[in-house]
Parts: sequence; structure tokens; C-alpha cells
Amino acid sequence: MLTSADLNPKGPISLAERQLLFDAFFIMMIVIVPVFVMAALFTWRYRGTNRKARYDPGFVYYWPVEILVWGAPAAIIVWLGFHLWDGTHKLDPYDPIDKSVEPLEVQVVAQDWKWLFIYPEQSIAVVNELVFPTGKPLSLKITSDTVMNSFVIPALGGQIYAMAGMQTKLHLLADENGEYWGRNVQYSGYGFADQQFHAISVSDEDFENWVQKAKDAGKMLDKEGYEALAKPSSKLPVTYYSSVTPGLFDSIIYKYTKGNAHGYAMQCTTPELAQASQASGGETGSRAE
Amino acid sequence: MSMASATDATLVHPGGSPETEEKAFGFWIYLMSDAIIFALLFMTYLVMFGNTAGGPEAKDVFSLERAAAETFLLLMSSTTFGMASIAAARADRERVVMWLVVTVALGLGFIFLEFSEFRGMIAEGAGPSRSGFLSAFFTLVGTHGLHVSIGLIWIVTMLAQIGMKGLSVPVLSRLYRLGLFWHFLDIIWVAIFSIVYLPGLL
Amino acid sequence: MDFFGRLTLDSLPFYSAIAASGAGVTVLGGLSVVALITYLGAWKALFGEWLSSLDHKKIGIMYVVVALVMLMRGFIDAAMMRSQQAVAFNSDGYLPPGHFDQIFSSHGTIMIFFMAMPFLSGIINFVMPQQIGSRDVAFPFMNAVSLWLTAAGAGLVLISLVIGKFSTAGWTGYPPYSGPEFTPGVGVDYWLWAVLISGIGSTMSGINFLVTILKRRAPGMTMFRLPLFTWTVFVAAILMIFAFPALTVACVMLALDRTLDFHFFTNAGGGNMMNYINLFWLWGHPEVYILILPAFGVFSEVVAVFSQKRLFGYISLVLATMAIGILSFTVWLHHFFTMGSSETVNSFFGIMTTIIAVPTGVKVFDWLLTMFRGRLIFKPPMLFTIGFLVTFVIGGLSGVLLAMPPVDYLMHNTTFLIAHFHNMIIPGVLFGYLAGYMFWFPKAFGFKLNEWWGTASFWCWIIGFYLAFMPLYVLGLMGMPRRMEHYDIAAWQPHLIVAAIGAFIIFLGIVCLGVQLWVSVRDRRSALDVSGDPWNGRSLEWLTASPPAPYNFAVLPKVEAIDAFWDMKARGVAYVQPKEYEPITMPKNTLIPLLVGGTAFVFGFAMVWWIWWLAVATLAFIGGLVIFRSFDDDPDFTMPASTVQAIEDRRYEQLAKHPANEMADEPGYAGDPSPDPLPEGAR
Repeated sequence: MLTSADLNPKGPISLAERQLLFDAFFIMMIVIVPVFVMAALFTWRYRGTNRKARYDPGFVYYWPVEILVWGAPAAIIVWLGFHLWDGTHKLDPYDPIDKSVEPLEVQVVAQDWKWLFIYPEQSIAVVNELVFPTGKPLSLKITSDTVMNSFVIPALGGQIYAMAGMQTKLHLLADENGEYWGRNVQYSGYGFADQQFHAISVSDEDFENWVQKAKDAGKMLDKEGYEALAKPSSKLPVTYYSSVTPGLFDSIIYKYTKGNAHGYAMQCTTPELAQASQASGGETGSRAE
Repeated sequence: MSMASATDATLVHPGGSPETEEKAFGFWIYLMSDAIIFALLFMTYLVMFGNTAGGPEAKDVFSLERAAAETFLLLMSSTTFGMASIAAARADRERVVMWLVVTVALGLGFIFLEFSEFRGMIAEGAGPSRSGFLSAFFTLVGTHGLHVSIGLIWIVTMLAQIGMKGLSVPVLSRLYRLGLFWHFLDIIWVAIFSIVYLPGLL
Repeated sequence: MDFFGRLTLDSLPFYSAIAASGAGVTVLGGLSVVALITYLGAWKALFGEWLSSLDHKKIGIMYVVVALVMLMRGFIDAAMMRSQQAVAFNSDGYLPPGHFDQIFSSHGTIMIFFMAMPFLSGIINFVMPQQIGSRDVAFPFMNAVSLWLTAAGAGLVLISLVIGKFSTAGWTGYPPYSGPEFTPGVGVDYWLWAVLISGIGSTMSGINFLVTILKRRAPGMTMFRLPLFTWTVFVAAILMIFAFPALTVACVMLALDRTLDFHFFTNAGGGNMMNYINLFWLWGHPEVYILILPAFGVFSEVVAVFSQKRLFGYISLVLATMAIGILSFTVWLHHFFTMGSSETVNSFFGIMTTIIAVPTGVKVFDWLLTMFRGRLIFKPPMLFTIGFLVTFVIGGLSGVLLAMPPVDYLMHNTTFLIAHFHNMIIPGVLFGYLAGYMFWFPKAFGFKLNEWWGTASFWCWIIGFYLAFMPLYVLGLMGMPRRMEHYDIAAWQPHLIVAAIGAFIIFLGIVCLGVQLWVSVRDRRSALDVSGDPWNGRSLEWLTASPPAPYNFAVLPKVEAIDAFWDMKARGVAYVQPKEYEPITMPKNTLIPLLVGGTAFVFGFAMVWWIWWLAVATLAFIGGLVIFRSFDDDPDFTMPASTVQAIEDRRYEQLAKHPANEMADEPGYAGDPSPDPLPEGAR
């Protein structure tokens, strides 16, 4: 069930990330292959016992070669650099995949050692299972209520850190129905190895049914319920909550940032410092928006 | 005039032997490395300035009068150390000792003021464990204070060496490096004053 | 106040059979070394000639001993991880998470801080002063202090096996996990103090190496006549001086968080964990180049000597080294592209990272072009060099891939990353040091290492490396995260079994190293290096005797060209005995550095276990030792000219009895040194 690979993408994001990997790989071959060939050739040809090979101890500098050995790698890096710049801007995890489509918003909380998914529009929550409609962009807002975690669904793309008191974002999309695995990949302690979840993309209809199933679970996720859930535990079975206290996600972040004053820049003079301090400020997450 | 140039020469090339020059050069490099430590502590302080966690902010805990007094003491001690160096260049042993003693007194005054500042802040509930901001403040200013304390121990050691050995070449070489250290701490303090105390209060 | 802080009898490892046996092996290992020294009656010689020595050559050798011991320990950790993962499909294997986590943490910590760093410092210490025609480093006393601080750190890691536990937070110790809230025990403290104490030693080493290169060069040894190894040391030393403060600051802050309840990196209380991660990698990335640049230097020396040809593109190689040094400070953010920085920030650091591939590529091509039209002799150091060239570019390839932020989003924290950095560090760093060890061993001890076992070791290392790490690339592409104690994906297991086999073959490579040393010592009389120039060398360290006299050079050499010694041989002035000698001043032996290191070890132990009175006492004692030493205005002794004359006469007698060049019997020998016909612009 839980077998999938980065090489077997099920969505446009992981597909594009993989494509960039392949492109860079093949571009790099332009320098890698000559190294292999030269190493093999020179090792064989210039072995000391081969008296037929030319021995030229004075061949220690030759300017056209110098230009080539600097120029060729530099040219390739420029080429790669364009790919890198372009790819990084296109695949910014914070960017919505399709601005014209309303995404499904899910709030993700990393806990020891499980994942909590809150669906604010549906007002449901679920532990260790992320279900979403195929073909509809998924907008994830991610934080942690414990140590730093890193959220990834290899078949769809990722990853991004989950950090307490901060919020990061990730946009994903599945092209076909299926069940994938997702997990924390940043070591987080005793239960780390089992900190995984099912990511399931389903038809719109099945999604509605699934939401209804959660609604029927009859369990509330209020403050007390949350506190109990947040305690360390591992291998927790999938658990549904039929309703969630509004603002729970923000309160999890706020818990760690409350009371922090304005930044240094407020009392400082330069606009650069003002910007820097906003960027490092707690509630907006690790990136100024 | 001629005296001044002789002084400069002695200050720049302590002892004059390649060995002492090497030591002075190595010490400069150590200071550069130490300067990186302070740079990173300053950076951390700026990053954590707003992380007060509901605790006191800069303007609640800093006192400009005290900071100004500390600055005065430390700058004066740098001057008196300079006087000791000039006396050393003239091989005037008694003056060297006198100026070094004055420097120690000023340095002790600085440490006393800083210590009472820290104690007062901790008593008011503004200790380093109160918030990230205060952790950064205590670590930055405390690291400087620790350096000053080590400098004071060093000066006292040098007083003992001058007493026992006189102004010998190795002693002059050590005195020269001690001077670099002491003036370096002064520069760091000026940065602390202008980055920590002034913006925190104005 | 508790007299022993938080140290109790429960801290002994009787809670688990595996932990207890690890402790047992450590204690028995220590005891057997003590017994062996007693049996040999070597205590006096050990203290009098080695532990108290300020001679850069002996200090260098002791560093390498520390490195080799820690290599064993670090490898045992690796073997345990590989075997655990090979069996832990749908099962818990034989290591519980708490133990597995200590093992991957200590493996990384040991291999970086207590294997690679001492190996590097050892080789630099032994070789660099001789290469520049100097009698010692600039500050021999501080050099010994550096050594013993490094040993103190290594000692703390070792003793954590016996008393208490080691960190579970990985070698990078990321907070908030490593903070007091999530890991309150002593483990992270052991890690912190081991790293801090040895890090101070490394900073001092950096200062020492830099001043030595700038101030202690022989007459005529201009910067652009320095051997390439010394150039790489020069750049690495600068990196040590400027990068290690970041590690010190990060670790001190984390220690304050843990012991005095500060809030630098905690979740609440106004902490900011990203500040730690920035500081750590601000050191961590230059550190990679601190490790690898001197290894590049070794490869440069080895490839030239065994191609019997001057290094191709010397200036290019120097410039590339400097470029790497500068760029290494501009790329640290690529260790956390997934933090959520903006696309522009990520692109910037990604592009800076790929740019490093340019000077590195230049180096690879220049080494290959050194082989071009050479006469290659495949001694073990040369085999390691060729193995490095081929394998390293694969690591460079995966490095460039990881430098693309979107690729990193997928591959970060997977075994692909593990494969990548092992692919840089095993062929790039360790092969370099092993090549250096086999290359300069005859210089240190006066006899050559057995070539058959060296070659066998090379093949085991390289085959083992490919088997152990290529599967990890594949696993990374399959999404397998690093640091998995067990897993439930069946497709991963076959690859992990292959990787475990690879680790076993690497183990054979380590066994070969041990056998090589044993056989070489046993048969040393048949492989004596009487000339001091066993490989027909090119740089000044081959001018000295093997092993060198305490002063290295009775008369400082006059340098007139790149490859100074080759040039002297070609001009026929290398072995002309001077008419008379002058007395030589050298540092006296002293036990103070050993005492400083030993006390620092106790200090670290006290800080780990919160035994405050002991921490204060040891710190005061170290301060006292330094002050005591500062009163000593006569730390040197002078060897009279007659003694120098006697030593040198013996050497020239020996030289006269044997042909100067021990490579001349090689089938691939290309002829005695003669002035190279150089093209315009190469001088």
C-alpha cells in the first residue's frame, strides 16, 4: 500500500521537480562524462610501463586549456543557473497552483509523533489522514506544536518545514485518484520512524462522502481535546473530529509568539532594518509576505 | 618630536624580534576571530530584539546614566592604558605600574557597574531566562564583561611580571598584546553602547 | 547542592545489554592500552618524548593516532546503523529508537569532529612546516594545547558510552529538539561540550597554521612557490579562524538554553530556532571546505609525484582554492531551502552553490591534465587519488542537483542527501587523508607501508563505498528519509541489504589498513627509507631525513622555484653538506598542554553533569596553568652546533651508502630530476 517514489509522480508539482532533476542531471553529464573518459584513458595510456606513450613533463601550462577548464564549467553553471532561477520561481511552494481556482484549504499541525489536519471550511479535523479531491489544488498552512518537523508527500511534492510559532505554506495537486504516503522527514525523536500519514486523492463525490463520514464521527476537537491529543503518542490510528473550535490553528501558533514586542527597527531609523525585523517577526511565519 | 616617533616605533614593533612580531601578528588574527564572535552576538541581539515574550522591553530595563558611566570608565581606562604604553616605550617602569593600577581601578569600576546592573535586572524579574530578548542582551553584554574581567586578570599578571622581571623584552611584548586586547574591548563596548543602549532608550 | 550534580549510579549503562557491551569494549580498550604500555615499560618514554612534546611532527602523529582510533569507533556506529536498517523492515530490529538515535548522532559527531578534524590537523602539522622549509609552527605551545583540547573532546564522546548517554539530536543538534524541553538528559550536553572544547582547539590551530605560513617560510619561498598542499592549508586556516566562532556562538547559546534556562532557541519564551540553524551552517558549510581543501592539497601533491610531472595549472589551482574559500561563506542557506524563504533568497543561495562547482571542476581537470603525458606509478596513494577523481564527480553531480531548490524540496532529508555528503566526504576527504597517511608515513617513521595491503585496502574502500552509498541514492529517490530506525516499505529493504554489504566491505578495508600497519612494522627493515626521499618527491619535506631530525632542516633551504626540492635535485644542490652548522633553538618539552587538555576534559565532564564546584575549580586551574606558563621566559633550549653536526654527519654517511632515489627501480620510472622544459608563462 505505502509504496511510492519520487520517481513516480502523481501531480504537477512533483512532476516538475523531477523534471528539473532530470534536466540538471543531463546538463551536468557534459562535464561528468569527459571526466570519466579522461580518467580511464589517461590512467591506461600513461601508465608508467607504457613506454610508447608520450612523456612530456613540461606540459604544465597551456592557455587554451586553461580557458577551457574554466570556461566550460562556468558556461554549464550559467545554463543551470537559468534553470535554477526559473524553476525556483515557478515552483515556489508558497504560490497558488492555479489562481483562478479556489483551492481546498487545510491547516496542518505537526505533533509528537503524528499529523493533525484541520479543514476550516468543512470544520472537521482528522489525525494521520489527508483526503482531498483529485484535480483541485490543495493549499496547506503548516505549523508545529513540537520540535521542527518537515512535511512531505513524495508522490505529490514538497517538502517544507513545520516550526512552532511560525506558519509555512505548501501548494499541491493530485492528477489522479490514489493513495500515497506522506510523513515527517525531519528527525523529531522517539516516534519519528512511525510519524506518517495517508494522503488520499478522491473524486469530488467521494470527498463529500468522506467529509460526511468525519462529521458523523461525533467527536469534538476543542481546547481540552486538543491538549490531550498533542501529548506525545505514536502509531495513532486515523481519528476523525466532527467539529473544530474556530481559530484553533491560529491559537496553536499564537501560543508561542504571544507577548513578543515589535521589532528592533521600530526604534531604529533605516527602512532596511524595519523590513528585516518584520521578516523575523513571529506570527507571519518565516517569510514576510 | 623625536620622542614621539621613537614611541610609535616601539608600539608598532614590540621588542623588534621576529618572534615577538609573530606573536603580535597572531594576536591580531585572534582578535579578528573574536570580533566575529561579537559580530554574531550582535546579530543575534538584533534578531531577538522584539522577542520579549510579554516581558520587559529595552526601554524598561536600560538606564542611560549607567551606560554612560560605564562608557566613561572604559574609555578612560583605554586612555590610561595608552599612557602605560607610552611609559613602557620610555622604559619608565614606575609610571607603567602606576598607569596600569589606574587602569585596573577603572576596569573594576566598570565591572562593578555592570554587575550591579545585571543583579538589579535579575531582581526585577528581567533576568536572562525571562525572554529571548533578555537572553541575547545578557549574553552579548556578559561576554564583553567576561572579556574585561579576563583583561583585568591579565593586567594584574603583568603587574606581577613587571615587578619580578622589569620591562624585559618578553614582558613588553605581552604588554603590547594586552594593549591590543584592551583597546579592542573598548571598540566593542562603543558598539554595544550604540547598538544596544542608545536605540533601546531613544 | 548535590556533590555530584546529576551524576548517580543509575548513569552506568546496565539498563541494556548492547549499551553495556559498548561500555565494556570502551573500558577494556582503555585498560588494554594501559596494560600494553606498562608491559612495554613505555610510560617514561611516552610522557617524556611524546605527550610532553611540542615538536610539530610528534603532535601531528598523535593527532593521526586520535583520528584512527576514532575512525574505528565511528565505523562501528556506521556498521550498527547499516545492520539495523537492513533488518528493520516491519520489525524493530535489534536497536530501540533511543539507542539508534544515539548511534547516528555519535557517528556524525565523531567522523566530522574527532576523525576528520584530527586527521586533517595531524597531516597539516606534520607536513606543512616541512613543506615551507620551517623548523616548527609559529606557536608550538599553543599547537600542543590544540591537540590536547581535541583529545579532551574525543574523550568526552568516548566516556559518554560508559557514563550516561550520548545525544540523540544528530551531529547538527537542531533545536528545539536539542533544547531542555525535549531532551533534558546529559546526551546533548556531552555533544555540546565535546564540540565546544575541540572547536576552541581548532580555532587556535587555524591561527597557528596561518601565522606559520605567512611568517615562517624559508628564504626564497614566495607565496607563489608554495606547494599546493600548503596553499590549501592556508585557505583552510583562514576558514577555521572565521568559521569556528559561529559554531562556538551557536553551541554556547544552546548550552545556556540547556543549563541556565535561557531562551535563544526554545519554542516559547521568545526563542528563535532558525537563528541556531543559520549560525550552525554559517560554520558548517565552510567546515566542509576546511575538511576537503587540505585533502585536495594531498591529491595535488600525490598526483604530481606519481605522474612524475609538475602539477598542471598551478596558478589555476591556487585561484580555484581561494575562490572555493570565499564562496564557502555564501552558500550556507542551501542546508535549509525548505525553511520557507522566498524564491529569490533560495535562488540566490542555489546559484552561489552551483558556482562552487566551477573552481572544483577546474581542479578536477587540472589533476587529470597532470596525469596527461605523465608516467603514472600506481602506488596506493595514487590509487586513492584516481579513485577519488572518478567517484568525487558523482558526488559533485548530486551536490549540484541538491543545489536546485525545487529538487531539494523533494530530496532534502532523504538518504539521497546522506549519499551525497558521504560521496563528498569519503572519496573527497577520507581518501585524501588516507593517501596522505600512506604518502607521508615513510617520512614520519623511516620505512614504507606495505603496498600490497595498501592496494587491497583501496579496493575494499572503493568497492565498499559504491555498494554502501549508491543504494542510498536510489532509496532517496524512492523517498526514504534519513535516520529511520525502522520502516514498513518492503521495496526499501533490498537496497538497505546491499548497503549493509557495502559497509562490511569497507570494514574489510579498515582491517586491511590495520594489517598493513602491522605487516609494515614487522617487515620494516626490508622497506627502509634511507634517503628521506622515497617517492622521488618534489617539495621540501622530502629534503629532510626520514624520520626528520627534531629541527627538520639543519640549514634552512634556499628556494628558487616551484617544486623547490625537485629544482634543488635538478640543479644538484639538494645533498651538498654545508661546511659547518649553527646552534639551533627549539622549544623544550612541557606537560602543561597535556594538563590543560586533561583539565578541560574534567571541566567538560563537570559541565555535562552539573557538578558546578568542579567546573569552577577546573576552569580556575586552567587559568592558573596559563598564567604560570606566561611567567616562563625561557621555554626554549639550544642544540649546540656539534650535536647538529653529529646528526647530520650520520645522515650524509647513510646517504652516501645508498642511491639517493628509491623510485629508480620502479618499472615506470621516468628518469632522474632534470630541469623541466617549461613553456612561456609557466615560471
